[in-house]
Amino acid sequence: MLRLILFRLATFIPTFFGVTLVTFAFIRVLPGDPIVVMAGERGLSAERYAELMHQFGFDQSLPVQYWDYLWGVLHGDLGLSLVTRKPVSTEFFALFPATLELSICAMIFAVLMGIPAGVIAAVYRGRLFDRALMSSALVGYSMPIFWWALLLIIVFSGNLNWTPVSGRIDLLYYFPAVTGFMLIDSLLSGQSGAFGSAVQHLILPTIVLGTIPLAVIARQTRSSMLEVLSEDYIRTARAKGLSPWRINGVHALRNGMIPVVTVIGLSVGTLLGGAILTETIFSWPGIGKWMVDSIFRRDYPVVQGGLLMIALMVMVVNLVVDLLYGFINPKIRKR
Amino acid sequence: MTIRSIFFAGCAVAALSAGAASADGTLVYCSEGSPEGFDPGLFTAGTTFDASSQPVYDQLAMFKTGTTETVPGLAESWEASDDGLEYTFHLRPGVKFHSSDIFTPTRDFNADDVVFTFERQLKADNPYHSLNGATWEYFESMSMPDLIKSIDKIDDMTVKFVLNRPDAAFVADLAMDFASIVSKEYADAMLAAGTPEMLNQAPIGTGPFKFVAYQKDAVIRYTKNQDYWQEGLPKLDNLIFAITTDASVRYQKLKANECQVMPYPNPADVEAMKADPDINLLQQEGLNVGYMAYNTTVAPFDNPKVRKALNMAMDKQAIIDVVFQGSGQVAKNLIPPTMWSYNDAVVDDPYDPEAAKKMLEEAGVSDLSMKIWAMPVQRPYNPNARRMAELIQEDFAKIGVNVEIVSYEWGEYLSRSRELDRDGAVLLGWTGDNGDPDNFLAVLAGCDAVGNSNRAQWCYQPFEDLIQKAKLETDQAERTKLYEEAQVIMKEQAPFATIAHSVVYMPVRKEVQGYKVHPLGGHIFTEVSLSE
Repeated sequence: MLRLILFRLATFIPTFFGVTLVTFAFIRVLPGDPIVVMAGERGLSAERYAELMHQFGFDQSLPVQYWDYLWGVLHGDLGLSLVTRKPVSTEFFALFPATLELSICAMIFAVLMGIPAGVIAAVYRGRLFDRALMSSALVGYSMPIFWWALLLIIVFSGNLNWTPVSGRIDLLYYFPAVTGFMLIDSLLSGQSGAFGSAVQHLILPTIVLGTIPLAVIARQTRSSMLEVLSEDYIRTARAKGLSPWRINGVHALRNGMIPVVTVIGLSVGTLLGGAILTETIFSWPGIGKWMVDSIFRRDYPVVQGGLLMIALMVMVVNLVVDLLYGFINPKIRKR
Repeated sequence: MTIRSIFFAGCAVAALSAGAASADGTLVYCSEGSPEGFDPGLFTAGTTFDASSQPVYDQLAMFKTGTTETVPGLAESWEASDDGLEYTFHLRPGVKFHSSDIFTPTRDFNADDVVFTFERQLKADNPYHSLNGATWEYFESMSMPDLIKSIDKIDDMTVKFVLNRPDAAFVADLAMDFASIVSKEYADAMLAAGTPEMLNQAPIGTGPFKFVAYQKDAVIRYTKNQDYWQEGLPKLDNLIFAITTDASVRYQKLKANECQVMPYPNPADVEAMKADPDINLLQQEGLNVGYMAYNTTVAPFDNPKVRKALNMAMDKQAIIDVVFQGSGQVAKNLIPPTMWSYNDAVVDDPYDPEAAKKMLEEAGVSDLSMKIWAMPVQRPYNPNARRMAELIQEDFAKIGVNVEIVSYEWGEYLSRSRELDRDGAVLLGWTGDNGDPDNFLAVLAGCDAVGNSNRAQWCYQPFEDLIQKAKLETDQAERTKLYEEAQVIMKEQAPFATIAHSVVYMPVRKEVQGYKVHPLGGHIFTEVSLSE
């Protein structure tokens, strides 16, 4: 197991440098530059343009700029946002808890709904429930997030008035952010009703963001369960007269879970991607919306810093998933 | 208590309190985006000014809400010298700056604050001048560094601005957001504490509302300034900005009474809003223009006759109907009709494809092929440039002109369209800064702006002479005459096809009283109140 951890960690380092290079290059490949976008319709003189390019250091050669960036990153400094003039890392850590809270809720929702649904569909293969489930999973997977979110808002917030339209908590509640996680902060605030309001505000965004991972997990669980259920040892278990609950829930599920865990790990990337749209629609103050705004404004430090942090996050999750395999499947540990 | 019971208790309280939002004088405004910061001098976006200069700050002269008229603000009165080179401002006594957790003012507003406000933008040796890469872009782009020679404190309540050249729009410039007066005492205190960035993050001003807190991308909170110098204002106790970027979601929030005022509705929602009994749909012509600029330095567009012919081939009313879905009006002048000196006597070129075709023939132009540039972004003055370009393409095809539509990424679009030898006519527009005609005519069609914001690359001496003369004149009646004449010349020469002025819609809930749509685009709550 130790060897596995060391091996995975060793591959982490070159990947990290690769990511810094890609994030640095990505934003510079896009046409347009931050200074022209800042000036807008008004425009600015050539001298003023050159002056600003110099002030922000964009007149230096790309290798020099990259080196400055890398040097900063290695010292934990992601630079200042060109727009707000605040440190990128400060902004990131102020917004990230909101994204993390929403992503965790969406993932819990997807796993809690997706795995049982997949198992049941596999056990009752070909029956009505299976077919209904698989068709809705396909619909869920292919549905545009934007449309789905607006539909839910119009029905549940607009017509039925069950849930709030957007935001993280009712604006009547006001307390300082301690952890950045609204569910925790609202409890810490001691204000009655704050926690309930935070939960209400989470419901629709969680469903929207969790829909695609839910569909993927349900389908993956079903197919890997079907595979496992046809294995010899399951027949043996049946022949031994074990209860269906024990066969499906313990023997089959544990082995069926390996591909599902992979899918869950990979979904973290999807979640962060989906968070961009979900956050925009629900006015959720997370990093997705922040990144999109920054790309439009060509805010180089925010885009490269933010992408790097997100990439690091995905890499760490995948590392954890790799290590989890070892836990679930002893064969992998020996490699 | 279990989580479940906490949840239900919470829901009950939230439900009970939800309806109470409007009762205690708290207004929620669904703003369309996050401010870049709270120091208006540093930024150029309207969204930032809505959150900073409007609620928190005042200026020496201010725009009367709902008009472009300048009225006394932190200066009670002012006078200009006869040569127009010196402006003396007499400051209002007894104006108090806000206090906060980290700052309590020890003195009232005075001349030191005014001098500091401008010197930090003007002088490189001011410690705030280059702080965190500050560029003072609005101050720069209004040519203030070239215009202002010095700012002198005469006494505690009198300040004199000395200019390098006369500029009739100077007072209107000082009413703009970048000229918001900041506290020198606060700036000094923060500098001494090693946290000068607080000026931008926790603003202290003299305005109607005190800044309370900002949670990035989510909420901004303000509370009433009890010591505000305008008697009886503001009327609200609390003002909250709920940042909501999606227009459809803003509308849903307005319907659910999660906010009471929202800007920038989707044109498609306007009809439903008109029919909604809970919503008042306010509207006003925007202080803007959407235009198509020919490159007047490239043949055959250097011939006014060709430009005129093309303008006559354009069915502007159809464009208003399709692209603006009715929320716009045909533009016959470059300046909008709400602006003083608008020349209503100017007659627009009639839509007449036959006559246009003939004019082109007379000009010796046949088989003309041209490019039309369509902006990749939405703007109030042009909500769908691509569609507009397609409509013009169809119109021009009728007179035998072949149009190719091109577009670039926004930054590229802005810089390439400035180039002198640019190929094609560019769709673009302008929104006024200070309500002065100079801010349209000189910026968009003056000789100095060629190769920059004058996308027609049009430098025409008779026109230039008029607008230069008007800039030096301080008598508004005289200036009006000059600008009216300039508009006649522009119509004859047709460097632009002036297409549309948009109508700005502002949906507010019925209980909101006293909200006025501001022609300069700001969203202002000083005089707003809520009725039960």
